[in-house]
Order: sequence, then C-alpha cells, then structure tokens
Amino acid sequence: MSEYILELKNITKIFSGGPALDDVDFSLKYGEVHSIIGENGAGKSTLIKIITGVYSLTSGKIIYEDKDTVWSSPIESINKGIAAIYQEPAIFPDLNIAENIFMGHQAYNKYTRKISWRSLYKKTDNLMKELNIDLNPKQKIRTLSLAERQMVEIAKALSIKSKIIIMDEPTSALSISESEKLFEIIAQLKNSGVSVIFISHRIEDIFRVTDRLTVLRDGKCIGTKDIEEVTKDDLIQMMVGRKVDNLYPKIEAEIKEEILSVKNLSKKGAFKDVNFSLHEGEILGLYGLIGSGRTELAKAIFGMDPYDSGEVFLEGQKLNRLTPSQAIENGIAYIPENRDEEGIILGMNLVSNISLPILRKISKFTWLDSEAEKELTNKFVDILEIKASGIDQKVMNLSGGNKQKVSLAKWLATKTKIFIFDEPTKGIDVGAKASVHRFISELAVKGNCVLMISSDLPEIIGMSDNILIMHEGLVTGFFSRAEANQEKILEAALSNINKTNGNTNG
Amino acid sequence: MVDKRNSNTSGSLVVKFASIREISILGFLIVFSLVISLINPVFISLDNLYDIALDTAILAIVAVGQMMVILTRGIDISVGAGIGLSGMIVALIIKDTANFNPLLAILIGMIIGAAMGALNGVLIVKGNIPPIIATLGTMNIFRGLTFIINYQINGGQWVGADKLPEAFKNFARGTFLKIPNLILITIIVYLIFYYFLNHTTTGREIYATGSSPESAKIIGINVKKTIFLTYVITGILVGMAGVLWVARYTSAQTDSASGFEFTTITAVILGGVAVAGGSGSIWGVLFGAILIGAINSSLNLIGVSPFWKLAINGGIILVAVIIDAVLARNINKALKERKQI
Amino acid sequence: MMDMVKKNNRFKSVFSRWETMLFLIFIIFNILMSFTTPYYLNAQSILDMTFIFMEKGLVALIMTLIIITGNIDLSVASTMSLSSVVMAVSFQSGINIWVSVLLGMLAGTFCGFLNGFIITRLSLPSMIITLATFSFYRGISYVILGDKAVSGFTEKFTYLGQGYIGSTKIPFPLVVFIVLAIVFSLVLHKTFMGRMIYAIGWNENSCFASGIPVKKIKLILFTLSGFISSFAAMFLTARIGNTRPNLATGFELEIITIVILGGVMISGGIGTMPGVIISIFLIGTIRYGLGLNNIPGQIMLIISGALLILSILINNIVKNFSKLKPLRQ
Repeated sequence: MSEYILELKNITKIFSGGPALDDVDFSLKYGEVHSIIGENGAGKSTLIKIITGVYSLTSGKIIYEDKDTVWSSPIESINKGIAAIYQEPAIFPDLNIAENIFMGHQAYNKYTRKISWRSLYKKTDNLMKELNIDLNPKQKIRTLSLAERQMVEIAKALSIKSKIIIMDEPTSALSISESEKLFEIIAQLKNSGVSVIFISHRIEDIFRVTDRLTVLRDGKCIGTKDIEEVTKDDLIQMMVGRKVDNLYPKIEAEIKEEILSVKNLSKKGAFKDVNFSLHEGEILGLYGLIGSGRTELAKAIFGMDPYDSGEVFLEGQKLNRLTPSQAIENGIAYIPENRDEEGIILGMNLVSNISLPILRKISKFTWLDSEAEKELTNKFVDILEIKASGIDQKVMNLSGGNKQKVSLAKWLATKTKIFIFDEPTKGIDVGAKASVHRFISELAVKGNCVLMISSDLPEIIGMSDNILIMHEGLVTGFFSRAEANQEKILEAALSNINKTNGNTNG
Repeated sequence: MVDKRNSNTSGSLVVKFASIREISILGFLIVFSLVISLINPVFISLDNLYDIALDTAILAIVAVGQMMVILTRGIDISVGAGIGLSGMIVALIIKDTANFNPLLAILIGMIIGAAMGALNGVLIVKGNIPPIIATLGTMNIFRGLTFIINYQINGGQWVGADKLPEAFKNFARGTFLKIPNLILITIIVYLIFYYFLNHTTTGREIYATGSSPESAKIIGINVKKTIFLTYVITGILVGMAGVLWVARYTSAQTDSASGFEFTTITAVILGGVAVAGGSGSIWGVLFGAILIGAINSSLNLIGVSPFWKLAINGGIILVAVIIDAVLARNINKALKERKQI
Repeated sequence: MMDMVKKNNRFKSVFSRWETMLFLIFIIFNILMSFTTPYYLNAQSILDMTFIFMEKGLVALIMTLIIITGNIDLSVASTMSLSSVVMAVSFQSGINIWVSVLLGMLAGTFCGFLNGFIITRLSLPSMIITLATFSFYRGISYVILGDKAVSGFTEKFTYLGQGYIGSTKIPFPLVVFIVLAIVFSLVLHKTFMGRMIYAIGWNENSCFASGIPVKKIKLILFTLSGFISSFAAMFLTARIGNTRPNLATGFELEIITIVILGGVMISGGIGTMPGVIISIFLIGTIRYGLGLNNIPGQIMLIISGALLILSILINNIVKNFSKLKPLRQ
C-alpha cells in the first residue's frame, strides 16, 4: 500500500476553448491536509471536478486507494468516500440538521419504512460531539449561518465515512472565530485519518492548516511543496509568473478631471469604507479574489443593490441612492460578470438585446422604430465584430465572446460615460478577449472612464492606469500603473495587512 | 474586520419563530373562537363544534393532498372537479342498489381518484407541463366528463337523495363509538399522513424534493417519482372525498364542489405551508381547514350575513400571505447580516 | 454554429406555424360545421354568436400581456363581478347609469391596482396574491349584494351588450373587441412597451439592470387588467341584463385556457396577439357549433381542457428539440 490515498497522473482536460488542465500531477497522502492554490482560472475547480467525477478526463489517470479509477458519475465518487463541500453547500434549507446529514441513508425499519428518529438524532449528536460543534440537531438549516452550514456538510461527509473531504474556499465567508473553529475541525479530521483538500485565497489560512501544497497556474502544475519549505513570498512568486504580453493593446489616454468619486461606501456583509475616484480617460482596475466584495461594490454603485452608508459623487454632485435606470440616466453602465442572468436576454435576438436600454428613446410616440433599431444593431455588430448569422439571431446561440460583446454593445447607444466592467473577458476565447480589450482601451481614449473588475492579473496590469485591490470587503491596496507588479497586487489581495484607504488622488 | 455578531441569539430567535408558525395559527383559532363564544355562547356548544367538524372534514381531507402537492412546489386545481367526477360515478353505480356497502363505495371512489391523480402526475412529470396548467386542463376534462356521464346514464338528472341507498346515506349521519363516521375518517387520514410525512423515508423525501430539487437529485432521490406520487395520493384523497361529499349532501350534481380547489389552497396556505415548497406541517393544514370551518360557522351565530364568508376568507389569506412575506424577508435579512463586515 | 442556426430557424418556423395551425383548425372546424349544421353558415348567426364570447375575449387580451411577463391574474372574474355589482348598486340608488358605470369601472381598476401594488411592493408571486383577491373581490360582491339580483337597466346601457351598429347587423361588442384587439396587438408588437413586456418575461434581472422599470410595468399591467375586466363586465351585464355576485364565475380559468391555447408560454416571454385572437374565435365557434348541434356545452370543457394540455405538450416536444430556454426557477 502506498502512502497516497489519491494520485492523479498527467491529467489533461481540454474544453472547447482550450486546455483547462495541462499535464497536472497531484497526490494526496492519508491523513494530510493538502492545499491547492492559484489565481482564479488557474484550474483549481476543474481539478476538483475531475477528482469528484463531475468532469471526465481528456487524458491521464486517477489512482484511488491503489486502484486505477474512472468515475462513472459524481454519485459513485461520493459512495467511494470522496466528499466535496462547496461555498454554498447543497442542502435542504427547510429540513433540520439531522435530516440533512442523513437524507438518503436514514436508518429505517424495512417493513414499516419508519425512520428511527431516535437513532438519527443520537448519531447526529455523536457526530456533533466528534466535531465538537455545539448545534441542536433539530435546528432547521434555513436558520443557520454559512459557517454552521459548512459544519453540517462536514458532518454529512463524516456520516458516510468519507476518506477525502474537499473544501472549496470554506473560509472566504467566515469570520475569524468561525474560521478558527473550522481549523479545529480540520485538525480532528486529520487525526482520525481523513485526508483534506483545502482551497483558499487566504494565505494565512493556508499556512495555518496545510501540510503540503500544490500551486496551479494557467492549468499547469507549478509545484508541490511541504509547507515548511515555503514562505509567503515564495508562494506569491509561484502563483504569479504569468507573462504580461502584447495581448493588451492599451492605448495611453490623457487622464483629465475627476468624474466619479466614492466616499466611505459600506454595505453590511459585503464591503466597508471603500474610497476611490474615477477620472476622464482613466481605466481603474479593481482586483480581488472570491469574496472580496468587488461585484457587490459595482452593483451598489450601479444601483442594483442598495448600499448602507457612504456617498457617491458624480462630477462633484452628490448622488442619492440610484436605481439602475437612474444610474443609466446619469451615464453609468454596468456590464455584469453574470452575463446570462443579468446582462443579456438569452431568448431574444440581437436587435432586442442591443436596443433594450434605449427602447424609449428609439421610439416615436411609443412606436418602436424598427428601422432605426436595425441600423443601430448593424452598426454595433460591425464595430464590435460580433459574429452572428444575422441580427435576428437569438443571443442564446452565440458564443461566449459574442454574448459578451452584445452585453457591451447595448450600452454604446446610451450616453454612458462611466463603464463598469465585471470580469469582461471571463470565459471567452483569446480572439474575442483581444477585441474586448481593444474596445475598452478605445472607450478610455474617447474620454470615458472605466472601472474594470478582474481577477486576471495580466489583464489588470496590462489594461489599468491605476489599480485598486480589495480583500474581504476592504480596500487593501492602491497602485499606479508604474508601481504595480503582480507580486504586490497579489500580496495585497491575499491579506488584509496593507490596510490603506485607496485614494486615487495620486 | 468587524466583529462577528453573536449568532446564537439571532439564530435561536429565528428557530423559535419557525416553530411558532403552526402554534400561531392555533392561537389565532383559539382567540377567534373565544371572541365568537363571548358574542354567542352557542358557538362553543358541543352541537355546534360537531357541525364545524362535519363541515370541515372533507375540506381537511383534500387539503392534505393539496398540501403534499404544494410541498413539492406544485399545485392541483383539479381537486374540485375530481370530487365532482368521483362522486358522480360512484353515485351512479350505487343508485337504486339498496344496501350497497358504503366502504366499498369509498374504495371505488379512491380507485377512480388514483386514476385521476395518475393522469395529472403523468402530464406533469412526463409531459413537463407546469402543474397549474396541467391541472387546469384536467379540471375542465373531469368536470366535462362528470356532465357527460351523468347525461348519458342519468339523462342529466341529479342523483338525488331518493335514489341513494339507505346504508349509504346513513353512513354520513352515522357514528362509530359515538364519533361521527366523517370525523373518524378524517382522524384516520390525518394519523396516517402524519406518520407518512414525518416518519417514513418517502414522506421525508417529499419535503426534501420541495426544499431543493437539485440537492434531492444529487443525493439520489427520484424526484420525478416522488412528485408523481404526490399527485396520485392527492387523487386518492380526492376520490374518497367525492364519495363522502355525496354521502354528506345526499346528492351528486354536475357542479358539486366547483371552486373547492380554491378553498383547499386557502386552507393550505393559511396553515403555513410555503408556496415555494418544502416547508409546512400537516397540523398547520388541519388548523387552517378548521379555521375556515369555524369562520363560516361563526358568521351565522354572530348575526353576520353568510355573504361575508368569502370576503373574510379572501381577506384572511391575503393578510396571512403578506405577513408571511414580510417576516420571511426580515429573517433572510437577519441571516445575511450575520456574515461579517 | 451553423447547426444551431438551422435549429433556431426550424424552431422559429414551427412557432410561427402555431398560429397557422390554430387558424387551420378554426377553418376546418367551420367547414365541418357548415356541412353538418344547416344554419351554421348563415352570416347573421355567425355575427351574433360573437355576442357570447366577446367579454372573455376582451379580458384575454390583457391576460396575454400579463402571462407574457411571466405573471398571472386569477382575480379577473371576481373583479368583473365586483365592478358590475358596484355599478348595479349605484344605479339602483338612483345614480345616473353612466355615472354608475364609471363608478363600477373605478372599483374594478382599483382592484387591479391593488393586486399590482401588493405584487410589486412585496415581490410576491402574482399567482398567490390574485388567488387571495380572487376570493376577496368576489366576497365583497356578495357582501354588497347578497343573493339579490339587480336588473332593469336602461335600454341605452343594454345596447352595450345587445345592440348592433346603426342599422347594420354588426354587433356593437364585436366592434369594440376588434378595436381593442388591434390596439393590444399594436402595443404588444409595435411599441417599446410591448418589447419590454416580452423582455420581462424572459429575464427580469437583465431588464432591471438595463433600466427597464419592471415594477412599474407590472403595476400598470395589473391595473389595466382591472380596468379591462371591469370594462368587459359592463358588456356582460348589459348583455344578460342583470347582475348577481356570481357573475362570470369560472371565467378566469376559461380565459387562461384561451391565452395558453393561443400559444402563450405560461413561463413568459413567448406568445403573440394574433395567436390569442384566433384562439378566442376558435373556442367561441366550437362552443357555438356544439350548441347548434345540441351537444351540451360541458363537452366544451373537455375539448378546451384537452386542447390546453395538447398545446403545451406540443410546445414541450418542440422545446426538447431545440433548447429553447434554460429552466427557470
């Protein structure tokens, strides 16, 4: 018997857009905590989905408990002892803790099919004791905090005798004390021989719990190290190293007066005391990892979600809390990360999507001017090089890159001056990426201002005039284009040590 | 970093509230009854309570089925027409047959009901038709069939009291161990389904399916089968209720129980069952049904015209839904804010 | 990619054929009827039969818009009853008939507004709220009128529901319906309002993020639903010449059946006004034809129920072929 419970060898996974994992090796010892780290998009979640059998392999092999293994379905991997706990656990909010843990494998009488509640609660109590969690098994999940829900998930994994527990960003939504509690539980799991795969963006947490770690970058395995061998700086070095190449056709634009400024903006549970300002011709990059509160911030400025306190000024005028339609009136546009749900309307055609924000304006006495609409659509289809069979094609049949362009095109007909991009190039192919970048650059040159949220480091560095970094709802760094490098940005994004209030007056 | 709030205080409050839901309906029922009794003591008399129970029985039985369907995020608006159809068929079978065993009649009704429920279930699960539309369609079909069958066999006449067997009519009036048969049946139904919903794996899977169909699939629950089952069970209860309806009102008419679907949905929602599925207790539904019965009965007793009945039912459900929504929003907000920062 | 495009086109053609299909059924049915039923093809009887379903047709127009936004209004028939009762009671108390009509329509419009207000303010499902007001509004009708009936309206009023245009034999309600059907078709298919209605039915979030006043539009539609329902109620009352609280009982389900049969998707985003208009006439003529052949009206129930189920089944089969729309929660 080898010392490894799980070994992945030469794993390659190719999606239609290109390889997500390229010749990756990974091994997990019995009873160890193994962290996987890397930027967003480095291939961590693909790796997890391969381990749990959600994805099949393009090539390579999985050795689980010394046997070559091919998962036929995620359920098989669960039954064989691999449990994954995601940030938002899959649970039944209306049922209580004990039921959630044992649903699907309750002990019941064969003839009457009666569930033995007493044994259910007793087993749950035992699990709770084992994990040292103080929760009433009869409490409904709906009433639990996220941290408590994760504990329930862990208990569930234990109840089916899982040998490997995968925790995907378990601490990103937890407070310090809740995280501490989780670390205690992880230590207990380890002692009882369970192996844990731990994914986190919090460097402190990784050093706190990990035995070994594997760094992924661009779908490649950069290295596996014992925790004693590495320092925080080493880690950052391993994670960054991506080339900032010529993909980013940043055109220098003259940065003029301030257009938008945000003062002490706070929203409970999302972000706190955020300050920054946006200038004419500027591209302000906003970098942050999962749970940093960057999308919530963008939505608050655009009026999709209200903020609690703080002020937003537009050209010196204080804005009251906006609705999106007022934000649009004020020249603000938001191109969301969650494109299919918030950006475009999949079931409608290009024309309807692109004219959506200006329906009123394009109408004469409420009458839709379909000629003008078509003209407009054709114009933007040309400008943005949107590839479609025709302007009456349904958007759901477009590729990701073209969908993104539609999501952007609809704002070009409005009098938008402030563009907020949320992950503008996520999940789109290289060609489309370059043209989106060129377009963003051109927007700035034309005197607009751009707030570009991204978790793609080269993109942030390649495109931005200034870079704002957020970590867990706080601004933890601000760099001008000249000062910025990947290490500095990542360091600020990974920890809350550099508590600066990013003011862009420099 | 902002301090974590003490999750236990807000958590336990929320827990308490959730378990209060059924109790609050019961509380309202009791307060309501007390107030009415003060105005007219007859309300609390044994005879009147008997009447309320008898009037509520059929509603309470069908409401259990409606509840299960709503638990799985569905709805069944064919129940009224289903009652009419099963009642009519059974009435036509047993008419002019002296001494037809009433229990056999009920059994026939249940079989007819199971078939109706299976039709709904197939359309919803296999045909992917939204429940409201599928049961709207079958509602029309059932009601139309009731008419045709009656027209073909009975020339469009009602099946009146004079045509029904004595044993059958006596059954509705009769008692067993001094408990009226109708009430006895209701009690049995509630005991069976209390056990089914709370103590069997299938029952819990109904809750799980409604609470999160995706999670249910992940852990290997056959969601489609579960949903199908709820419609069949509802059909069986509806079929039974159809026969009881004929026995109680000693006639089978083509428009029996029309609009009854709305009354059952009202009872279920009043009983605290979440329309979004997954949550609600059978006792809440029972209290909801009794509350509707009590309101109807009380109107006569306190001298309010019975024409207020519908408006009051509608008003109460409106208020209940609004209060529910506001409370649910506050709970969600409280939960969200327990996150740090 | 090309494959997808082809699929899309095929899908489209199937859908544009839905109205065609309905229309064909309509024609075939009428031809059959004209052979089997002696007086069927009499021009006057065809015109006259429209009297009996124009009220439902009117409400079906606004119901179409509401269902396309992904909502539903179950309270329309109760609103009809309430506004008719308010009108009748005002008239009975000596108020001028037209002022009474105005009062009745005000009451109905307010019913619709109240639905919309609660639905948009509390973000509650329209099905639940209008289910509650379904009982509530009709309940108020009963409270006001009890089991009494009001009749004896002036002839000028009953003209609304029984009269013909001038000396022609064209029913007045038919003309009103045609005018409104044209208006609604234009609103849905030619104005920005119509576009917004479709967009809301597909994806409320995207609409909100594109600055479309989603709540305002919903509020307007529900208020309009109250208005049109009360408007239709006046025609119904005028046609039958009296009012009772049970006026229009069960209309809501018939109207929804008409709309769905017309090709409108219950989850929103899809459907056309011409489809619904054909559906109104199809159901109307079937009912009339069966009546002429002494086939009981209740058979109509079975037919409309079966048509409703079949229409969705066909939709679903089409949907399975081309992934029409991601599953909505």
